[in-house]
Amino acid sequence: MPTVAPLDLDGHVLAVEFLGDVPFFASANGTFHRLDGGDRVSEAHQGMLTAIRDPYSESLISGGEDGKVLRIAADGSVSEIATAPRKWISQVAAGPQGAVAYSYGKSSLVRLADGTTKEFPEERTVEGLAFAPKGLRIAAARYNGVSLHWIGMNAKPIDLEWKGAHTGVTFSPDGNFLVTSMQENALHGWKLDIKPGTEARHMRMTGYPSKVKSLSWSVKGKWLASSGAPAAIVWPFQGKDGPMGKAPLELGTRANIMATAVKFHPLEDILAIGFIDGMILAVRIADNKEALLRRPGKGAITAMSWSKNGKLLAFGSEAGDCGVIDISA
Amino acid sequence: MTDAISTLKPIPVTVLTGYLGAGKTTLLNRILSENHGKKYAVIVNEFGEIGIDNDLIVESDEEIYEMNNGCVCCTVRGDLIRVVEGLMRRPGRFDGIIVETTGLADPVPVAQTFFMDDDVRAKTELDAVVALVDAKHLPLRLKDSREAEDQIAFADVVIINKSDLVTPEELDVIEDIVRAINPAARVYKTSRSGVDLARVLDQGAFNLERALENDPHFLEQGHDDHVCGPDCDHDHHHHDHDHHGHQHDDHGHDHHHHSAHQHGAMSAIHDVTVQSVSLRGGEMNPERFFPWIQKITQTQGPNILRLKGIIAFKDDPERYVVQGVHMIIEGDHQRPWKEGEKHESRLVFIGRELDREKLEASFKACGAAA
Repeated sequence: MPTVAPLDLDGHVLAVEFLGDVPFFASANGTFHRLDGGDRVSEAHQGMLTAIRDPYSESLISGGEDGKVLRIAADGSVSEIATAPRKWISQVAAGPQGAVAYSYGKSSLVRLADGTTKEFPEERTVEGLAFAPKGLRIAAARYNGVSLHWIGMNAKPIDLEWKGAHTGVTFSPDGNFLVTSMQENALHGWKLDIKPGTEARHMRMTGYPSKVKSLSWSVKGKWLASSGAPAAIVWPFQGKDGPMGKAPLELGTRANIMATAVKFHPLEDILAIGFIDGMILAVRIADNKEALLRRPGKGAITAMSWSKNGKLLAFGSEAGDCGVIDISA
Repeated sequence: MTDAISTLKPIPVTVLTGYLGAGKTTLLNRILSENHGKKYAVIVNEFGEIGIDNDLIVESDEEIYEMNNGCVCCTVRGDLIRVVEGLMRRPGRFDGIIVETTGLADPVPVAQTFFMDDDVRAKTELDAVVALVDAKHLPLRLKDSREAEDQIAFADVVIINKSDLVTPEELDVIEDIVRAINPAARVYKTSRSGVDLARVLDQGAFNLERALENDPHFLEQGHDDHVCGPDCDHDHHHHDHDHHGHQHDDHGHDHHHHSAHQHGAMSAIHDVTVQSVSLRGGEMNPERFFPWIQKITQTQGPNILRLKGIIAFKDDPERYVVQGVHMIIEGDHQRPWKEGEKHESRLVFIGRELDREKLEASFKACGAAA
């Protein structure tokens, strides 16, 4: 079994991300811990609700109960991007050219690098935000669908409608598909590369015993892994119609023990699967071969992240027991 | 791990309903400022007049989600799911959660959230729905809104507030209206939201076992069978309140106010569209009872606001308790029947357009002797 460097934090861990080779652990209490020759702490929020990695720069973006949107640099320094007093900022996304999207209530906001902020009113509360992989465009998940906004234009948003509450959103790496997680135990997808004016192409991905909280695309976008079942449910997206009419793979199946977090390896089609009991497995898609990376711990795995070279896997849990697994050893 | 233990016990959630001006803010301010040794997180629609600086007050837009399961009454509050999830990531900060609804809010989606969302259900427990009623303006409210009536019909605890603004006779009429709408609720009369907080918080009214422990005469009130429906045009014979003086320590219960029914009150009572049907029977046959209650809630769910009951099954040494909201029903064994205790089944439906005769006949047909 690979070696695990443990870190015990107080409370729920929301996110784990690498900046360089240093893992950052975001705690719901409002602090970032980084393992950089010891446990170093950055005080950020009075209560943190979300933290993500900015894919365009070496920094993290977070939102909190204190109404703040913050950027955390690789050295642990914290700077304020925006503030909305007494609002909960539970959704943030990072885009090209320093753009940061966040939301509260029935608005999506995008702050550009020059400090200007654009506001996009929505009909319903925004529950998920994502930047498209190409162009300055955001998707806001909401009740009964998703709104797509071009940030640089004053055009009307494109509304992708599907009945029900959409609680999270992600674009495929090639930008051809958009997938949401729903309040019902299901995912919903839209094919985006369709001719204008043609009918929307929907993908219904159902059959989960519980809500899907974690999604991860494989490196080339051929697969979309999801939590919400006693195995990782992995949908095939290699064809031009995505998973329509195809069955998903079930990886790392365990009897009645729910997968709570999934994360694809950055270089190979290997999936890390975290479970509700704290166990972590790695499974190779090609031959379904499983490796135990961590034995069960104190709480459900909430977040995982691979280092750039794919040799380290950092993880965090609901109970605060975190760590870094070295799989090269 | 103490953490592990503390996360196991669900956090109680109190839902506070009531029309604008009924005194919700005053009550909330008391809960937040009085020294009762407990801390509460409060979810409000607007910060409004809560003059207390507390980082556990969360503003939230009431957002109703219809579930995609084809059931029209399966609605939940999407905003509550999000806020409760956020609050419960840092559970050590508070002992309970209070959800304040707007005056016009339907309490049903709020309550259903605590049954229908697995994450919310895993970490919290609906403690009680508390309705505040403005004694002075209730008759008017009942005339112009269905929500005011729904809030009373749905409540476990009804606080008749501003009782100092009406005469004792008027207050008795208000109490009768409240009991006509909801015979199963505990009712307190007060002014300036001065009710004993121990009667509002941590009630366990939605927890079947605790509800029965706290209220041993549950469903035994003498309001049997009288329904003040819209088409009941006779003089109200007086309800017999005599044997439910328990718990209701601020009730006078001398009940010499028959005369009040003959004037003024009639119009208010006749704005009541909610009715209740109390059923009583002997031992039940579970093979008939369960399909029956399933069918009733499936077909008449939209009309049923609440149902509560204690069922005696034939050859079952334990009492069975059921409780429901629209189409959702839950039931469990509560405790063994005591020696000499009468094995009786009691069930009350509170709702609209309930077919009393049909309910009575079909309930009877579930009897073990039938």
